Amino acid sequence: MSTPSRVGEQPLVKWSLISIALFFVTILLIIPLLSIFQQAFASGLATYFDNLSEPDTLHAIGLTLIVALLTVPVNLVFGVMLAWAVTRFEFIGRKFLITLIDIPFAVSPVVAGLLYLLLYGSNGWIGEWLYEHDLQVMFAWPGIVLVTVFVTCPFVARELIPLMQQQGRSDEEAAVILGASWWQLFRRVTLPNIKWALIYGVILTNARAVGEFGAVAVVSGNIRGETNTLPLHVQLLYEDYQSEAAFASASLLAFIALLTLILKAFVEWRQERNHINEQDQQGEL
Amino acid sequence: MSIRLDNISKQFGKFEALSPLSLDINNGEMIGLLGPSGSGKTTLLRIIAGLENANTGTIHFGDHDVTNVHVRERRVGFVFQNYALFRHMTVADNVAFGLQVMERALRPSPAEMSKRVKQLLEIVQLGHLAARYPEQLSGGQKQRIALARALATKPEVLLLDEPFGALDAKVRKDLRRWLRNLHDELGFTSVFVTHDQDEALELSDRVVVMSNGKIEQVDSPVELYAHPNSRFVFDFFGNVNQFKANWNNKHWQNGNAFILPPVAEATQKNGYLYVRSHELSLSKKANSQASLPCKVVAINPVGAEVRVELSPIGWDTTELWEAKLTHQVLNEQSFSRGDEVYATPQVGYFFADGVRGEPIILRWPFLAPGHLMFDI
Amino acid sequence: MSGSHAVSRPKHQRVLPGFAISLGVSLLFISLILLLPATGLVMQTKGMSLSEYWYVISDPRLVASYKVTVGSAFAASLFNGVFGLLLAWILVRYQFPGKRILDALVDLPFALPTAVAGITLATLYSSTGWLGNLLESIGIKVAYTPLGIIVAMAFTSIPFVVRTVQPVLEEISQEEEEAGMTLGASDWAVFWRVIMPSLRPALLVGVALSFTRSLGEFGAVIFIAGNMPYVSEITSLMIFVRLQEFDFPAASAIASVVLLTSLSLLLIINLWQGAYLRRIHGK
Repeated sequence: MSTPSRVGEQPLVKWSLISIALFFVTILLIIPLLSIFQQAFASGLATYFDNLSEPDTLHAIGLTLIVALLTVPVNLVFGVMLAWAVTRFEFIGRKFLITLIDIPFAVSPVVAGLLYLLLYGSNGWIGEWLYEHDLQVMFAWPGIVLVTVFVTCPFVARELIPLMQQQGRSDEEAAVILGASWWQLFRRVTLPNIKWALIYGVILTNARAVGEFGAVAVVSGNIRGETNTLPLHVQLLYEDYQSEAAFASASLLAFIALLTLILKAFVEWRQERNHINEQDQQGEL
Repeated sequence: MSIRLDNISKQFGKFEALSPLSLDINNGEMIGLLGPSGSGKTTLLRIIAGLENANTGTIHFGDHDVTNVHVRERRVGFVFQNYALFRHMTVADNVAFGLQVMERALRPSPAEMSKRVKQLLEIVQLGHLAARYPEQLSGGQKQRIALARALATKPEVLLLDEPFGALDAKVRKDLRRWLRNLHDELGFTSVFVTHDQDEALELSDRVVVMSNGKIEQVDSPVELYAHPNSRFVFDFFGNVNQFKANWNNKHWQNGNAFILPPVAEATQKNGYLYVRSHELSLSKKANSQASLPCKVVAINPVGAEVRVELSPIGWDTTELWEAKLTHQVLNEQSFSRGDEVYATPQVGYFFADGVRGEPIILRWPFLAPGHLMFDI
Repeated sequence: MSGSHAVSRPKHQRVLPGFAISLGVSLLFISLILLLPATGLVMQTKGMSLSEYWYVISDPRLVASYKVTVGSAFAASLFNGVFGLLLAWILVRYQFPGKRILDALVDLPFALPTAVAGITLATLYSSTGWLGNLLESIGIKVAYTPLGIIVAMAFTSIPFVVRTVQPVLEEISQEEEEAGMTLGASDWAVFWRVIMPSLRPALLVGVALSFTRSLGEFGAVIFIAGNMPYVSEITSLMIFVRLQEFDFPAASAIASVVLLTSLSLLLIINLWQGAYLRRIHGK
C-alpha cells in the first residue's frame, strides 16, 4: 500500500491539511447552512408553517415558481441551440460567440438589472413605446423573467459546449449517413450523450433563477404581494425585523439549494459511472 | 555500481506482483527486464529506484544497503515511460532541475550549472533546443531530454521504463544504438524494462526474462537464444512452431501427423516439441522421420528469406506454422499458395510434460544427410 | 441551407442539419438578451458631458465605495486562493470519510441564493449570533464592518477557485512528481517547483474569477455590510441608491464603470489563459 512517491502522503501532513480545511468549511459553509434551519424552526413547527402560509409569502413562492418555469425552458432551448451551432459547425466568429455568453457571469447583477431598467423603463427607447401601448414590463413579472433569463443564460450552454466539443461530431455524421432525420439524430444520437450535462445545466439554471436577487431587486419595484419573488420577500421580512419569518422563507430556498447539490452529486456519479462503463467496454475491445 | 537484489517480493493487496526473487547486476552492465505486461518487470524497476517499497528482501547498491533509503537519496537516474518532462519548464530548466534542488553545500554554482546543462544537451545532441518547451519536441527528442535530465546528477545507476515504447520503428532503432554507445562511454549501470524481445536482445549484456512476478531466466542474448530453459521463454521469443507430441510407443502422434524421436528414454513420452521456423524444411512428400501434412496459406518474401505460412491438415496447433526458406530453396521446390506440402524439422526442442528446465535438443536426420532417409 | 452562406462560406455542403436555425436562434437570443440592453446604458450616458460624467464617478463617497469594494474583493479572493487550493488539494489527493459530501458542499455558495446567504451571514456574525459572539469576545467585529464584506465575498466566490484548480490538480501525473524525487528533490521542492507551476495558471484564473464575482456581489454583502457611507458601502449598492433617488444618469455612469471593469477583467482572463495554453501546448 505504501507508495512513498507522491507529495504530501505522510499521515501528519495529510491529516493536518484535512483538519484545517474542515475547520474552515465548518465555519464558512456548514454552520451558516445549519443556522438557516435553526433560525427558521426556532419557535417550532407550527410557527414555521404559519410564517410560510402568510398570503404575501405564498404569493412570493408562486411568482418565483412562475419565473423559474418560464426561464428554464427558454434557456434550455437557447443553450442547446448555441451548443449545437458552435460545436457542430465551423464559422467565422465562433470563438467570439463562446466568449459572449460568459458576459452574464462577469456582470454584476445590479448592473444587469439596471441595463434592463434603462431599456424597458419609462425613459428607455423601448420603454417609451411600451408605455404608449400600455404594456408594463418593468416593475412587473415580465421584467423579472427577462433579467432572470439574462442572468441564467450561460448555464446550460456552458455545461454542453465542452462536452459536445470533446465528443466530436462523428457519431452524428454516422447517423446522417445512415439516413436519420434531424429529429431522430437529436433524439437518438445526440441526446443520450449529453443527457446528464443537460440535466445538470437545467438544475443550475433553476437554482439561480429561483434565487436571483440583485438583478430582480432593481426591476421588480418590490411591490409586496405583487412583484416580490421569494428572495426579495426574504429581504423585506428581514428588514422588517421579522427575522423568523425571513428565515422560514429562506429555508425554502436553502432547501432548493440542497436539492440542487444532491441532484448534482447524483448526476456526477452517473456521469462517472457511464464513463467507467465506456472505458470497460473499450478495454474489452 | 553493482546492484544486488535479495529475496525481493511485492504484493498489491492480494495480488502478488513479485514472488521472492534475487538478482545480481554487475557494475557497468546493461540489463534488460523482458516480459509481457503484468509480469512484474516495471514493479521490479520501481523497487530498484525506490519508487515502490518491497514487502520483503534487501537491495544493495555496491556494499551499501539501500533498502530503506528514500528515492530522493538513492541517486539513481530514472527515465519514465512517457518521459514525465516538466511541461512548464524549458528544456534547459528540465535538465538543470536535479542540480537546482541539490543541497546548498553540494549545489554547483550557476555558471557551473549552465555549463553542465550545455554539456549534457550536447551529449544528447540537442543543444539547439535549450529554450524550447517539452510540448514543442518530437517523441525522440523528448526521450533524449529525459535522459539528459536523468544524467545531470551523474547517477551511477540508470533505470529506464520502456524507453522506446512510444516511438516509431526508425527512431527507435537509432536511439537504441545511441543509448548503447552512451552507456559504454559513460560507464554507468543500466537497467531497462521492455516487452520487445528484439530491443532486449540487441541492447542488453544480459536479459532477465520475467513472467507472473518470477524470473524465468537470466542470460546473455546468445545463451538465451541457444538455451532457452522453459517453454515460456521459448514461446516469448516467438518465431517458433509448436507440436503437441503424444507418445504412442512408436512415435509422437498428433492426429494424422507424426514425428519420430531418437531412441532415448527421455524423449519417449508426452510433451511439446518446438521447431524454429528457419529449422524447418518443406517437401512435396512425407518421409520416415516426420509426416506433417500442411497446406500453404501464404508466401511472403521478406528480405533475403521467404516466410511460408502453413496450416496443418488433420492435426492440431494453436497457431499457424511458419517456415523460413531461402529464395533459392523456394525456387527449386516451386510451391505456391494452396499446395499440400510436408514439413520436416531439422532441429527440435523437446519439453517433456512434468519435466522442468532446459529442453532436449534433437537433430534430424539421425544419420548423415542423404543417407538411408527415405520418402514414404 | 442558403441562409448559412451569408455567415460563412462553407467549402462543401454541411453534413449535419440545423446550422441556420441553431445559429439564427443563438444570434437572435444573444442580440436581444445580452447586447440590446447595453443600448439603454449607452443612450443614458450619451447625454452626459465628460465633465458631468467625471463629476459623478469621482464623487468622494463613491470613490470610498470603490476602495471598499476592490479592497474587500482583493482580500476575499486572496483568502480563496489559499483556502480554495487547500480544499481542491484534499479533495483530489486524499481519501477520508465524508469526502463526497464535502465535494458537493463546495458548490453551496453557487446554489444558495445570495440574499439567503446574506441574511444568514449577517445573523451569524452579528454580536448576538453564534460566531459573532465568539469573535467579539476576542475583540473582532465582523458584521457591519469591511471584514463582514470580505466574509460575504469569500463565501460566494470560493467555488470558483476550487472548481478551476481541481481538474488541473487531477491531471498532474504521478510520474512528474516521481521524476522530481528521483532527481533528489524534497517534497517541499517538488510541491513548489513541479506542482505549483502547473497549478499556478488555473489558480490565478480561479482567483481572478473569484475577484470579478466579488466586485459585483450584491445580495450576500448588503446585509452584513451595514452600508455606512465612506466605510462599508459597496459600489453595487451605490448604483442601487442612485436608482432609488431616480438619478438614472448617475446610476448609469457608475454602472458603466463597473461594467467596463468586469468586462475588461473577463477579457484579460480569457486572453491570458489563451496565451498560457498556447505556450504549454506548443503552437
